[in-house]
Amino acid sequence: MSATPVLALRGVSKRFGAVQALTDVELEVHAGEVVALVGDNGAGKSTLVKTIAGVHPIDEGVIEWEGKPVQISKPHDAQNLGIATVYQDLALCDNIDVVGNLFLGREIRRRGVLDEVEMERRSRELLDTLSIRIPSVRIPIASLSGGQRQVVAIARSMLGEPKLVILDEPTAALGVEQTAQVLDLVERLRERGHAVILISHNMADVKAVADKVAVLRLGRNNGVFEVKSTSQEEIISAITGATDNAVTRRAARTNGEIKK
Amino acid sequence: MSTEKTTTPAEDHVVENPEAAAAAVTAVDPRLLVREQGLKGYVNEFKRKMKAGDLGSLPVVVGLLIIWAIFTSLNSNFLTAGNFSDMSIAMVGTGMIAVGIVFVLLLGEIDLSVGSVSGVAGATFAVLSVTHGMNEVLALVLAILTGTAAGAIHGFVFARIGVPAFAVTLAGLLFWQGFMLQILGENGTINLDSDGLVVKLTSYYFSDVAAAYGLALVATVGYFLTSFFDNRRREAAGVPSRPVSEIVVRTAFLAVVAFAVAIVFNQYKGLPLAVVIFLAVLVITDFVLRRTSYGRKVYALGGSVEASRRAGINVELVRISVFAIAGTFAAIGGLFVASKIASANQGAGTGEFLMNVIAAAVIGGTSLFGGRGRTWDALLGVMVIISITYGLALEGIASPVQYMITGGVLLATVIIDAVTRKTQKTAGRA
Repeated sequence: MSATPVLALRGVSKRFGAVQALTDVELEVHAGEVVALVGDNGAGKSTLVKTIAGVHPIDEGVIEWEGKPVQISKPHDAQNLGIATVYQDLALCDNIDVVGNLFLGREIRRRGVLDEVEMERRSRELLDTLSIRIPSVRIPIASLSGGQRQVVAIARSMLGEPKLVILDEPTAALGVEQTAQVLDLVERLRERGHAVILISHNMADVKAVADKVAVLRLGRNNGVFEVKSTSQEEIISAITGATDNAVTRRAARTNGEIKK
Repeated sequence: MSTEKTTTPAEDHVVENPEAAAAAVTAVDPRLLVREQGLKGYVNEFKRKMKAGDLGSLPVVVGLLIIWAIFTSLNSNFLTAGNFSDMSIAMVGTGMIAVGIVFVLLLGEIDLSVGSVSGVAGATFAVLSVTHGMNEVLALVLAILTGTAAGAIHGFVFARIGVPAFAVTLAGLLFWQGFMLQILGENGTINLDSDGLVVKLTSYYFSDVAAAYGLALVATVGYFLTSFFDNRRREAAGVPSRPVSEIVVRTAFLAVVAFAVAIVFNQYKGLPLAVVIFLAVLVITDFVLRRTSYGRKVYALGGSVEASRRAGINVELVRISVFAIAGTFAAIGGLFVASKIASANQGAGTGEFLMNVIAAAVIGGTSLFGGRGRTWDALLGVMVIISITYGLALEGIASPVQYMITGGVLLATVIIDAVTRKTQKTAGRA
């Protein structure tokens, strides 16, 4: 793991009118590292991701890219730096085939005409390197399952060879097997040296693939944990912000019942 | 809260079995439908497509053959070379406008103004060239540009201001009809020069038999060569390609149809100029839609506007341009309609004309829901409409009955569209 983080946020704050969405948030992501971003609803996860992706420019603080401070004021800036974001609602066109979707908005042209052959070849190459299995690259997205669509959306973000990939709840709507497929893909991104920010509500997913867990609570940092050396309960109490809450009370109660 | 879900056993199970999960992913999915080689492969593929409701143009072609069979049995004059040639020319005006409607339908929108805009184009040409004595070519270009401008205005109000396309073009329907009546003046009808450029559009025939056969030959050879070389590139790049035998079969099929049509044309007055122009327009628009990034953007917008926006597509510009294209083709179609009757009159582009145009696009197979369709659909659809109109006229059946029958055919088509969509949904292909 390199010493300089790919992306570092230093004291980032963001306000929407009267709401202080983010206050002095710190975050570091290194190459070949999966950082899970967790927090309850309204903790500021999505806002933080959108500031990185350039949807909402930050009000205060510094964003450092490979050690140098940068301005990210629009989505294009983030893309140019090498940040790819896969949003929860995949943004794929159902009626267009896999190749068309992968290259949508950046079609390869040959003498002004779409070069379908080259795009198809590159698509197969990309899907092969990511070990993605789908029936055919020439079927419309509508024919694919939810998990397959998710991996296509992630694969699409990889086309620009980004250094940082942000995944917004990639497993939220998926079944058991599809979730496993997506988690495998996240691991492959890490192996290939990409930095990954993974937003998830699912502790099992976080424990499975993340190296670090950054917890947000009410728009502030509430601890960064090494996944290997942290128990699930510790993370949950950081998310909920107290050792005494509905979750711990329930845990204590059920444990008590088991002991009886 | 969501955090309480974190210890459900099923999810822990996934994590604790990463090897099993990895194996499930890397093995080829056994549910994949691999196409078999040879004739059996085609038969099975066809059966599967039938079941999945992936019928393409088949229902229209079958429907058209049935219509022809019925009218031929009723009246032996229906399938004569003369009638066929007349129908081919008559369908060009409606068909041109339907091409523009296909573009708009691909976005999942509708343009109700195309009938009126076509009338405006005919009237503009007539006023400029006949009343004001302007050069015919210049008047023709200006008439077409009037359509482009009208379409661009509709597109602008729809895309930039956000008024639903239905409402914008409904307003356009009224406005342009009034505009046409205004510029035609009190007299109401302007006769075109019977030897003029626009009348020639539908009255000129390439009487040399070589013209029709030559065009059929060029189409056949051109189709074969583009498919063949495209396939060679695919093979070289190592992506799936069609076997040469399939290309040969497809080419042979095209050759049979092309030469049969050429023979029929040559039995009458020869190859009509209008048909040549219409075919050229179909080839060009089909190429633009399927082989350029502009066309890809049109389909993408019909699939998901949000996805297109995030992919960096200039949504407003594409929408405005599509409505401008629809306006342009409306104008071109209007000129063909004026050419056929050699005059610009107050009735142009009104009444059932608009409905026939939209029906042609939909009957041909373009989906009303956006993102699915080709400009060739306009040809198939307009053939159905014109065949019904001509067949019933030959039988001396009055227009009230014609309207009812055309309405019935349109209803049948949209029922087929809706049913296939349902089947496709259950087969996971919609």
